[in-house]
Amino acid sequence: MNAPAEFLDYGPDAVLLAGLNGRNWRLADYVERGGYEALKKIIAEKVPPADVVAEVKKSALRGRGGAGFPTGLKWSFMPRQFPGDKYLVCNSDEGEPGTFKDRDIMRYNPHSLFEGMAIAAYAMGCARGYNYVHGEVWDAYLRCEEAIEEAYAAGFLGDNILDSDFSFHLYNCHGYGAYICGEETALLESLEGKKGMPRFKPPFPASFGMYGKPTTINNTETFAAVPWIIRNGGEWFANLGLPNNGGTKIFSVSGDVARPGNYEIRLGTPFPKLLEMAGGVRNGRALKAVIPGGSSAPVLPGDAMMELTMDYDAIAKAGSMLGSGAVIVLDDSRCMVKSLLRLSYFYYEESCGQCTPCREGTGWLWRMVDRIEHGTGRPEDLDVLTSVADNIQGRTICALGDAAALPVKSFIKHFRAEFEHHIEHKHCLVPEYV
Amino acid sequence: MLSDDAIRRIDREVTKYPADQKRSAVIAALAIAQDEHGGWLPAEAMDDVARHLGLPTVAVYEVASFYAMFELKPTGRFKLTLCTNLPCALQGATAAAAHLKHKLGIGFGETSGDGKFTLKEGECFGACGDAPVILVNNKRMASFMNPPQLDGLLDELSAAADRGEGAQTGNGQ
Repeated sequence: MNAPAEFLDYGPDAVLLAGLNGRNWRLADYVERGGYEALKKIIAEKVPPADVVAEVKKSALRGRGGAGFPTGLKWSFMPRQFPGDKYLVCNSDEGEPGTFKDRDIMRYNPHSLFEGMAIAAYAMGCARGYNYVHGEVWDAYLRCEEAIEEAYAAGFLGDNILDSDFSFHLYNCHGYGAYICGEETALLESLEGKKGMPRFKPPFPASFGMYGKPTTINNTETFAAVPWIIRNGGEWFANLGLPNNGGTKIFSVSGDVARPGNYEIRLGTPFPKLLEMAGGVRNGRALKAVIPGGSSAPVLPGDAMMELTMDYDAIAKAGSMLGSGAVIVLDDSRCMVKSLLRLSYFYYEESCGQCTPCREGTGWLWRMVDRIEHGTGRPEDLDVLTSVADNIQGRTICALGDAAALPVKSFIKHFRAEFEHHIEHKHCLVPEYV
Repeated sequence: MLSDDAIRRIDREVTKYPADQKRSAVIAALAIAQDEHGGWLPAEAMDDVARHLGLPTVAVYEVASFYAMFELKPTGRFKLTLCTNLPCALQGATAAAAHLKHKLGIGFGETSGDGKFTLKEGECFGACGDAPVILVNNKRMASFMNPPQLDGLLDELSAAADRGEGAQTGNGQ
């Protein structure tokens, strides 16, 4: 991915990742790029917290972790007059198959995350924050630990930031191998030192979050965008993208492309342009299918994908989700049954086991796809699969159940003939999975 | 018994949380204890963590058994966790898995007869662009691990194991 070079090539429209070369991650480098100007500005000018929230609303920034919820609106849910502690949490538990953007932010531009969190803490009156890092990316955690020391030493974090009466203590912590902890309430449970089992909502974290206190949780990339919004204005950020889809977005492109990697483009950029940036389909093969927003997003046929622009609304209109911006590309040599089998196993493996439909249903899905793949599927299996998926979707505490159901339904919907071929002929329609 | 160094590191994690929320440090404490106990968590290690954080032992056991990077059984000197999820599978992880199994003569979840290697199948590390990716003893991520690179990694780690390095040395590397 993005092999070492003078500058990492995230694309000509990059904002969050612009000018990074993999080595210029330190505070001094960040300050040279204009870093911490936004935080200095709001503190020096004593900008009212509500105005900061209003600016973020104006930016049309939507959550970059998967749900795409408007960030400014989420921030406005935090109770202003709450007398006790309020918490700010960064969800850096990046483990959605296909997604690897937050790792680059943490490794190569960690101060942009810290500055964004400090601004958010200022806007919402949070005195403490946590950056929860995916357990597997230890290098990113260590980098954040090193960088945060610099931020404290320079007075951008801690007590009386920049000699004001604003104090914010931020800490890095890590998970240790649980996809479910990317779900925000499971993450809170994990932060409290428990098994990562999602909480029933409502109450939502804004009223009952970490240690039962009001808490706002945003994704790494979401926070990293905030300094830009404050520095250049919400309108500037919004105009980088489309109405209701403000800014640039980092897309992690993986699978059958010549250059897998992260590419930051303006929301609304045509998909063929992104595919081209990633070097096109590998080995000159034809595009078969694309999962446009991480493994939980419904798959779309390649030709439909080539007509789309990369923004929340366009992808939703086409029946999928922009999600975390993880674009998984499959070429025409790929077996859709085998591809679905791997995803179904993942959800079975990662279900926390709390809700019966998900705990049992993910196992059913996996075993049925497995028998279709291995030549013992029955003609009625496709209907049963769809029925099982329907009985998981919407019937669980968190979205993992939906995430397990949606791939199954979309793979069968768009590639039914391949599944039928497997069942009827006991083998695959395409030659061999490489 | 946790070493003085482990206790110092655990106590540093504890300071990240409010004074009455020491429990929040349990994952970090278990990770430190696991590194110290040769790459896995015997009951006594979990009990030490429970005692140090003032938690019921079951509160520690349930966390250790929930998170995939904790090991409740002994492992080889080098635990190799390979992500085989779809994006990685599309980028060579399936071939990498076959190569590893063949070279080591073991399957996923097994330890080689010489005690050098444990092979595990992992779920998304959040590093799909670098596929195939392997985590060595949970901490070091090895990228672009196609068969030639795998051979190099195995040679390097095998030599390190011969020198007595690896999980059993107590620092996880």
